[in-house]
Amino acid sequence: MNTSFLDYYSIQPVTSWIHEALCSVMPEALAIFIECVVIGVVIVALYAVLAIILIYMERKVCAAFQCRIGPNRVGGKGGLLQVPADVLKILTKEIIRLKNSDHLLYDLAPYLVILASILSFSCLPWNKGAHILDMNIGILFVLAASSIGVVGILLAGWASNNKYTMIGAVRSGAMIISYELSLGIIVLSMVVLSETASISGIVESQANGWNLFKGHAIAILAFVVYLIAGNAEANRGPFDLAEAEQELTAGYHTEYSGLHFGFFYLAEYLNLFITAGFASTLFLGGWMPLHVAGLDGFNAVMDYIPGVVWFFGKTFFVVWLLMWIKWTFIRLRIDQVLVFEWKYLMPTSLLILILMVVLKVFGLVF
Amino acid sequence: MSKFGNYINGYFSGLESLLIGLRTSVRVYFRKPVTEQYPENRHTTLHIAERHRAMLVMPHDENNQHHCVACGLCQMACPNDTIKVTSETVEGEDGKKRKVLVKYEYDLGACMFCELCVNACPHDAIRFSNDFENAVYQRDKLVLKLNHEGSSVVKK
Repeated sequence: MNTSFLDYYSIQPVTSWIHEALCSVMPEALAIFIECVVIGVVIVALYAVLAIILIYMERKVCAAFQCRIGPNRVGGKGGLLQVPADVLKILTKEIIRLKNSDHLLYDLAPYLVILASILSFSCLPWNKGAHILDMNIGILFVLAASSIGVVGILLAGWASNNKYTMIGAVRSGAMIISYELSLGIIVLSMVVLSETASISGIVESQANGWNLFKGHAIAILAFVVYLIAGNAEANRGPFDLAEAEQELTAGYHTEYSGLHFGFFYLAEYLNLFITAGFASTLFLGGWMPLHVAGLDGFNAVMDYIPGVVWFFGKTFFVVWLLMWIKWTFIRLRIDQVLVFEWKYLMPTSLLILILMVVLKVFGLVF
Repeated sequence: MSKFGNYINGYFSGLESLLIGLRTSVRVYFRKPVTEQYPENRHTTLHIAERHRAMLVMPHDENNQHHCVACGLCQMACPNDTIKVTSETVEGEDGKKRKVLVKYEYDLGACMFCELCVNACPHDAIRFSNDFENAVYQRDKLVLKLNHEGSSVVKK
C-alpha cells in the first residue's frame, strides 16, 4: 500500500517552521503562548463562520424538502446575507436578567453549553498535521467534553425558574444521558476496528480504506446507529423535544434573550457539525481521500484534493443526511424516545460491538 | 405470537416505515419548488389554478348574451346575501310572460367563495374565475354588476 500521498498536504512542516521562527526571537514559553492564543482565535472565528454557513444551509435544505425556495431576498439572488443580518440583529439585543432567577446559574448555563461545544469542536481532524487537540484517548475526551453540554441545559432550565424551561431541561437530560450510551458503544466499536482511541490514529488507520467499508455491513449499521444517537445528542431532528416549540414555547432557553440565546443557538448548530464531523472521522476516513483499489489513475487524482476539502465535503454530506432525517420524521414523545433508546437502539449497538469484536478477532475486516 | 417475536416484528416493520418516510421526503427534495414569487412574476410565470375561486363572473358571448333567466336560485342559495337579482316581467311576442334580468348585483366583500350559487344555477350562467387581484380602497367598489350593459338572455 502506497501511503506517500499522506504527506502531500501535511501542514506539519509549516507549523513547525512557524514555531521555530517564533522561538528564534523569543523564549519558547512565550512562543507557545502566542501560538495558543492565535489558534484559539482561529477556532472561535471558524466556529462563528461555520454556524452562519450551517444556518443558511439548514434553511435552504429545509426549504427544498418542503418544495419551497428559502431565504432569497436579503443580499442578492440567493439570500446570502440573510443569516449575517440575523446574527447582527441578535448582537444588538438586550440581555434580560430575570428578577426571580438564580443569577449565577442563569448566566453560567450558556457558557457551559458553548464550552462543551467548542471543546469537542477543537478535537476535529481538519487536515494532516492540523489536529488541534490530539491525545491518545482523544475520542473519549470528546465524549466527556460533549457531556458538559447537558449540564448547561439542565442549569438553564433550572435557573430560569419557569415550568416550561424545567420540563424541557429534564426531558433533554433524560434523553441525552440515555443516547450517550449508544453513542459511546458505537464509538467503542469503531475504536476496536481502528485499534486506537486517538483521533489522528483513527484517521490514519483508514489510509487503506474507510471504516465504513472495512467493517462490512456491521460498520454501515454502526454508521446508522451513530447518526440516530448523534442526532439525539445534538438535540435535533425527531429528538428536539427539549425545545418542542408547540408545547414548551422554546424549552430550556425560553427565558434567554440576546447573546445568551445566541450561544444556545450557535451551540445547537455547531453540535450538528461536530456530530457530522465525528461521523466522517470515525466512518468516512476524516481527511483521507477516497481510494478505490485497482484504479490507480483515479486514486492519484483523488490525492491531489487537499485533506481539508475532503473533511469538509464529507462532513457537510453527513450534515445533509442529518437534515434529511430531521425534516422527514415527526417529534417523538419522551416515553417513545426512551423506549426507542433502551429497547431498540442500545441492544442494537451492543450487538454491533460484539460482532465488530468477533470480526476483528478473527481478522475478517479488510 | 411470543413477546420476543412481537419485538422482532415491531423492530423490522418500524425500520421499514422509517425508510419509506425517508424515500418519500428525498423524492420531494428533488422536486421543483412550488413557491410563487408573486409581485415579481405577476406578468410572467404566475400560475393560479383554474379551479381557484376568486370572483364570481357571468360569462357573456360575442353577441353580448348571457344564460341567466333571473330565476333567483343563486340568490336563495347564497348564505351571505351576497347576490341580489333584480328582474322585470315582460310579455313576449307569443303572449307569454317572462322574467327578464335587469340587474345582477354581487357583493364581493360579503362573498365567502362557497360556490353554492354556481351549483344552484340550472343554466350555468355564472361561474368563479381565478382573477384574484380584487383589492380596492372603498367598500362600495366591491359591489359589482355582473350583467353587461344592454345584454340579453340567449334564446333557446
